[in-house]
This record gives sequence, C-alpha cells and structure tokens, in this order.
Amino acid sequence: MKRQITLIGNRFLNFVNYIGGTTMLFIRTVGWVAVPPIKKDHILAQMKKIGVDSLPIVFLTSLFTGIVLALQSAYQMQKLQAEMYIASLVALSMTRELGPVLTALVVAGRVGASITAELGTMRVTEQIDALETLATNPIKYLVVPRFLALLLMLPVLTIYADIIGIMGGYIVGVGRLGVSSAMYMRMTWEPLVYKDLFSGLIKAVCFAVIICIVACYEGMNAEAGAEGVGKSTTLAVVTSFILIITADCLITAIFYFAFQVR
Amino acid sequence: MIEIINLCKSFGDHKVLDNLSFNIQTGETTVIIGRSGCGKSVLLKHIVGLLRPDSGQVIIDGVDTTKLNERGLNRFRMKFGMLFQSAALFDSLTIGENVGFALYEHSNMSRRDIAKRVKECLAMVGLHNIERLKPAELSGGMRKRVGLARAVCVNPQIILYDEPTTGVDPIMGDAVNELIVSLHDKLKITAIAVTHDMVSAYKIADRIAMLYRGKIIFSGTPEEVKNTEDPIVHQFITGASVGPITETETAEEALRKRNI
Ligand SMILES: Nc1ncnc2c1ncn2[C@@H]1O[C@H](COP(=O)(O)OP(=O)(O)O)[C@@H](O)[C@H]1O
Ligand SMILES: [Mg+2]
Repeated sequence: MKRQITLIGNRFLNFVNYIGGTTMLFIRTVGWVAVPPIKKDHILAQMKKIGVDSLPIVFLTSLFTGIVLALQSAYQMQKLQAEMYIASLVALSMTRELGPVLTALVVAGRVGASITAELGTMRVTEQIDALETLATNPIKYLVVPRFLALLLMLPVLTIYADIIGIMGGYIVGVGRLGVSSAMYMRMTWEPLVYKDLFSGLIKAVCFAVIICIVACYEGMNAEAGAEGVGKSTTLAVVTSFILIITADCLITAIFYFAFQVR
Repeated sequence: MIEIINLCKSFGDHKVLDNLSFNIQTGETTVIIGRSGCGKSVLLKHIVGLLRPDSGQVIIDGVDTTKLNERGLNRFRMKFGMLFQSAALFDSLTIGENVGFALYEHSNMSRRDIAKRVKECLAMVGLHNIERLKPAELSGGMRKRVGLARAVCVNPQIILYDEPTTGVDPIMGDAVNELIVSLHDKLKITAIAVTHDMVSAYKIADRIAMLYRGKIIFSGTPEEVKNTEDPIVHQFITGASVGPITETETAEEALRKRNI
C-alpha cells in the first residue's frame, strides 16, 4: 500500500518535473532566438533536413488521404447524386484538420525521432558537456536552429499537404466519378474561407513548437547508453503524438467557440 | 590556485561527493586517482562548472564559480581546456572544425588564422593533414589526441584530463602521457587529471590525491604515495583484491542506484 502511494507520488512528481522542464526549455529557447549571432547556415541545413527531406513522405500520406476521403464520401454522395460536394468536403477536411495533423504526425515520427536520437547521442557521449566547456550554450547552438527550422517548415509542409490532398480528391472526383474539372475546382474554392487556412496554419505552428521542444528535451535529458537514447526516442515520439492530438482538439474547440468558424 | 571547499553532490540518495575539500596549486599537475564510479568525472565537472554542487564552493583565482551565472561562467570557461573520457568530438563536424571550434565561435580571428592555429595544435599532438576527416574515421588514440588539440587550442590556463589513457592501447597510452608531460613543460599550465591508471599517474603527476567515498583521503607527491602506510591507498596502487576496499561496496552502490 505504502509502496503504491510512493509510486503514484513519484509518477506525479515526474509529471510535474516534465511540464516544468519542457516549459523552461521553451522559454529559454525563445530567449536565445534573438541573441546574435544568428546562424543562417545552421538554420538552412536544418530546414533542408526537416522540410525538404520530408516532402516525399508528406506527399504520399496526403495524396492517399485525399483519395480515401473522396472515395469514402463518394459512397454516400453518389446516392444523393451530389458528387461535386466531394470537392468541398476534401478541401475543408484537408485544410482545417488532416493537413496540419497528418503532417505534424509524420514530421514528429521522422524528424522528432531523429532530433532526439541525435541530441541524445550527443548527451551520452559528453558532446553537450564539451559544447559547454567551449563556452557555447547548447540551447543556442543545438535547439534554436531546429526550433526556427521547424517553425518555418511545418506550415510550409502543411500547405503542401493541403494541396496534394486536394489533388488526391481531384483524381477520384474528376477521374472516376465524372465531375467536370472546372466544377471540381469551383467547389474546392467556394467554401474555403480565410479562417480555414488560418486555423490550419495556427495548428501547424503549435505542433512545430510541441515537436521541437519535446524532441530536444528528451534528447538533452537522455540517460547513459544506447538503451537510454532508444528509450528517449520512443518517449519523444509517443509524447509528441499525444500532445499533438490533444492540442488539435483544444485549438479546434477554441476556434469553434471563440471565432464561430462554422 | 583552485580551492574546493566542502563540496557535496548527490544524485537521488546516492552521495557522490561528501564534504570534499582540496586545493590545487597553480602550475602543478595534480592527478586524482580512485576507483571507477567513485566520482572522479563528477569532481572534474564541478571544477569546470558543468555540474552545480548541492553545497560547497569551487574558488578559482579568488572567484567562486558556483555562484556565477551563465554569462560569467562562459567567460570563465575560456580559461579551461578539457579532454573528455571519450574525447567527445563533435561527430557532425570535421577534425579541423572540432579543434578550432571555440575560435570559430567566439573569436574574430580570420578563417585563415584559425586554420593555421588548428594546424599548429594538431602538430603539437603529432597529427598532420587530418583536418578534413570526420571523427568517425579516426582510431581511439587519434580521437584522444584530437581532443587534446581542441583543449589546448584556446590557450587555456587550466587543463583537465578525464582518464586520458583509458581505452587506448598501452603504447598509445604512453604516447598520450608523454604528450601531457611535454604540453605541461611547454605551456606551463595548471593541469588536473583523473585516472585509475597508476602508471600514467606516476608519469605525469607532481602531486597525487586519492578520492575515496566522496572525500580526498590522501594527497602527496608520487614518492609519498609509493611509500604510504595508508592501507586504502596502498591497496589501490598495488591493485590487491584483498584489503579495506571490498567488491561488495560497488554491489551496494549499484543496488542503491536502482532504488533511486
Ligand atoms: N548525471 C548523473 N546522474 C545520476 N548519476 C550520476 C550522474 N553522473 C554521475 N553519476 C553517478 O555518480 C557516480 C560517479 O560517477 P563518475 O564520476 O562518472 O565516476 P568515475 O569516477 O568513474 O568518473 C556513479 O555512480 C554515477 O552513476
Ligand atoms: Mg569518469
């Protein structure tokens, strides 16, 4: 009994510790962003690693998601002879929900994991200590470039995912269901309002912060050994998945109630 | 002069440093010996300010480094060079970028001058034309030497070696020892080394201190260490398995660590 209480107590303490640690890391990262010198080539290298190299997998996931969305709704819409509404449905679902969330999950799996593994390895091989002894702040040197790169690239990837997803829907709608191309495009644009895109991009920015801070925090606090790095990497991916889904729910609710976006 | 006063550090309920007090004289090479896991690296990390103590002070040339903020500490760190146990070279950078790291980051020297300085430092440790290689392409001994070159590149006043000969073959180990001695003769800097390799300790030390159960229990010249009556030090330097230091201690420690 006492043991169980201790266990629950420990869990709770760990949780508080985690929240405190990640929040501190976030604040310190933001604090270092504006401190010169700003390393353009580091940021560019990270942007390539995070953004450009993620293009193929984002392409695949959103294309297939667009296709599946269209096919699933076609089943219902055909009964009502309202195939052209598939275009609106795909466009809205992609921009408001699936584009940002799927992209964030893909990037968390691909990029978040690699950030944790990289920083974790640096931690356990004393490279982060070495940075500090060379009078270089690890947050400024390692976290800030990744933070900025993610913050810039995740919204870009999200827009890319939106477009590819809509293209997937187009293939089904125009290619298989006989909606005319002009009609499909019109039905894509018509219901889309500024706020749809905007809420999607706000989500992308929040997800970028989550992915970066969780991955960097886990990496910087990895425990010794290959096992420690592996554990941190798994934890980073799982935690960011949970946080992304939770944040998505919260942001959607906020937009729904506060701005009454349909 | 480095004064360490009543330093305490625990991880969980594992007390690694226990009210440790010790002085290190300027210009001397001090070697701290002790068993694996007794807290030698932890002690070094307190001296460079990588770890903050639970209590106690580290006073370097009259300044208490445990009270400094990050900026103050960074200015202080340019006085230090540190060779890590595993060399800790940056995998993603070339050897040249590794050795010149602090200069590229913090000085306004031109790239040409830095490259020249890097070449000089590498030559000092007996390496030539490897600036473009990556750390992964080097052997363990070479990595150690590159680590050494990186440590001396900023012209430190104090240099710290964490187990400089561990993990390299005996011949390379001796070469590293020679290098430490010659660097010391050439640069006249304060050096602190931690090791459990007595051959290395005798070779490089002006003064040897033993860390045991979180405290410095003995300190003296290599001659004094060889002739000591202290049973713990005697057992350690002769490497006897029978004596006041017992195996069970490490088992206890391991168990304690699992309960954290
Ligand atoms: N960051 C840390 N967190 C928890 N325990 C640590 C940490 N660093 C060192 N220790 C523990 O402190 C003890 C001393 O470690 P260390 O100084 O690395 O030993 P060594 O004398 O071999 O260099 C070990 O038992 C180690 O597990
Ligand atoms: Mg050690």
